[in-house]
Amino acid sequence: MNRMTLDIWVGVFVAIGLCALLFLALKVGNLASTNTGETYVLKANFDNIGGLKVRAPVKSAGVVVGRVGDIRLDAERFEAVVTMNISSQFKFPRDTFAKIRTSGLLGEQYIGLAVGGDEQVFKPGESVKKTESAMVLEDLVGQFLFDKAAEGKDKK
Amino acid sequence: MSNEPLVQIRDLNFTYDRRPVLTGINMTIPRGKVVAIMGQSGCGKTTTLRLIGGQLRPTQGEVRFDGRVVHEQDVDELYAMRRRMGMLFQFGALFTDISAFDNVAFQMREHTDLPEEMIRDLVLCKLNAVGLRGAQDLMPAELSGGMARRVALARAIALDPLLMMYDEPFTGLDPITMGVIGQLIRKLNDALGGSSIIVTHDVQESLQIVDYVYFMADGKVVAEGTPDEIRASDKAYVHQFVWGEMDGPVPFQYPSAPYREQIYGAAHA
Amino acid sequence: MLDRATSALRGLGNRVTSRIWRLGFASRFFLAILLYSGTSFRRFFLTIREIYFTGVLSLIIILVSGLFVGMVLGLQGYDTLQRYGSSEALGILVALSLVRELGPVVSALLFASRAGSAITAEIGLMKATEQLSAMEMMAVNPIARVVAPRFWAGVISMPLLAALFSAMGIFGGYLVGVVLIGVDEGSFWSQMQASVDFREDIVNGVIKSVVFGILVSWIAVFEGYDSEPTAEGVSGATTRTVVTSSLVILAADFILTAFMFRGA
Repeated sequence: MNRMTLDIWVGVFVAIGLCALLFLALKVGNLASTNTGETYVLKANFDNIGGLKVRAPVKSAGVVVGRVGDIRLDAERFEAVVTMNISSQFKFPRDTFAKIRTSGLLGEQYIGLAVGGDEQVFKPGESVKKTESAMVLEDLVGQFLFDKAAEGKDKK
Repeated sequence: MSNEPLVQIRDLNFTYDRRPVLTGINMTIPRGKVVAIMGQSGCGKTTTLRLIGGQLRPTQGEVRFDGRVVHEQDVDELYAMRRRMGMLFQFGALFTDISAFDNVAFQMREHTDLPEEMIRDLVLCKLNAVGLRGAQDLMPAELSGGMARRVALARAIALDPLLMMYDEPFTGLDPITMGVIGQLIRKLNDALGGSSIIVTHDVQESLQIVDYVYFMADGKVVAEGTPDEIRASDKAYVHQFVWGEMDGPVPFQYPSAPYREQIYGAAHA
Repeated sequence: MLDRATSALRGLGNRVTSRIWRLGFASRFFLAILLYSGTSFRRFFLTIREIYFTGVLSLIIILVSGLFVGMVLGLQGYDTLQRYGSSEALGILVALSLVRELGPVVSALLFASRAGSAITAEIGLMKATEQLSAMEMMAVNPIARVVAPRFWAGVISMPLLAALFSAMGIFGGYLVGVVLIGVDEGSFWSQMQASVDFREDIVNGVIKSVVFGILVSWIAVFEGYDSEPTAEGVSGATTRTVVTSSLVILAADFILTAFMFRGA
């Protein structure tokens, strides 16, 4: 096996190996869609984040505009402080609502931003004031049962 | 050229796994001479070669090559020493994945910066010395046993070493090839001006070409002398070895219970 | 009777200590490889030659196995998913199984059997025919010249082969799921893209295959270098390479998976 043919074969091998890796990264994974562009930070406080996880998407009108960066507990007010990294190309008005929603019925949770009509936009680092916590299934069921019981009592 | 012997072995002891392999070996290899180390299989001849080459460390005693103790050298110095030694292994030990030419050129390419044209000339010169210039492009698998050993010889002398060591060079060869190798060993030794050590148990072939013989048994040197002295020796071990006698210090029967006992049973012995 | 018990215990103790001794020797050998790796990169052709013999010649088995594994995943996955009406998740199932686990692990097992055993046999035979000794006597370090290039070739080839395996597998799953069975092509790819995360899944898969490459190559060169210089010695060493590599791969896979895919 002379040097030239060896080099060619090894080169081909390495090339298709790297192509396979590229294929996996771009076509199979979400590397292309995660914009590694500039982001700015917005914060939001929630009473209950439910099952929200770090790196969950932040969507507006269903389109991904950013990712959850960090989740902490505010030890004084006992609220969850969620840090969001929003893509710099989107500016949100100051009366935007941040709600924790679930994709599908039992899917992963994400933050949905519902915009209002304010002219002023959030500056980086500011906190979203209007928030709606996650719907916890047990609370819902408990609420439903309570309502049902109250209804029954009223009827009597 | 200094008068000091090329290799000096003094009171060499070597133990492997608590088993003594060599005990109190003393040998002198003068410059320009061919010396044979003979003995039964397993008496420690190959171990001695490995100790000279620095592949093993002695448990006691020393081996001096060109005045310097081999096992006291650090890695670089040892490698420098080895470049002045050449070793022919029992079955050649050619690198099977490269051609005969590349085998001989190996040391030149690794240790020198010579241009390829010069290496080509040198390789052909060495192959010519062993009579295999025409076989330069053959792969080791395509060579016969004798040819492989000759190519290995050409490879070992590639850098004109001072000391040549031969590990059983005559084993398994036909008479013609044996004669060829024997003559080559002598001629190369005289041409290179160095010394050669042949480890062998081929008595007839080696006594014709060597200057001095060391006889080993059970890890000790039991006799030494010139070929004539050895042939005339009346020491029992030497006599049995040289003349191929069936029984003597090396017994014919493997140790066992007495014959009568084994055949008839212990009661009838 | 006490005699037999003590001798059995001694035998057991002996085997354990000899294994530990061997492991220590193998670790020093590993360090020696790293120390003498300069030649493998300064004379890169040596390594390239070995990449040909370990990587390129393993391509066929890797690609074909990858294809079949992917196709089976497609079949089995569809069978189970359609029971819950989630057959569009086939893409996710095939991709995640391959990229996270099957790609690195199965290709490492195949690599150990094909390339690993070949390396062990080659080095073992060189030892048995005194070629390594001859090299030493010619003042060339056999670890630098023979062992290290094979080791690095294995480390370089392994992640590439794992990626090829996963890619072929996904293609196989696509063939069976979309082309044969009729799962929706759009949702196959889009759901896959949405759920397979680059950092979490793909990079972790690559890390796994690199670790497996190091382990398999290390075991292969060590068993070859340490083999008895006889025919039985070499054959025993090649068997040991395959068996030990397989066990180590699966154990390491568990450890790595536990670290990487904890919880989220």
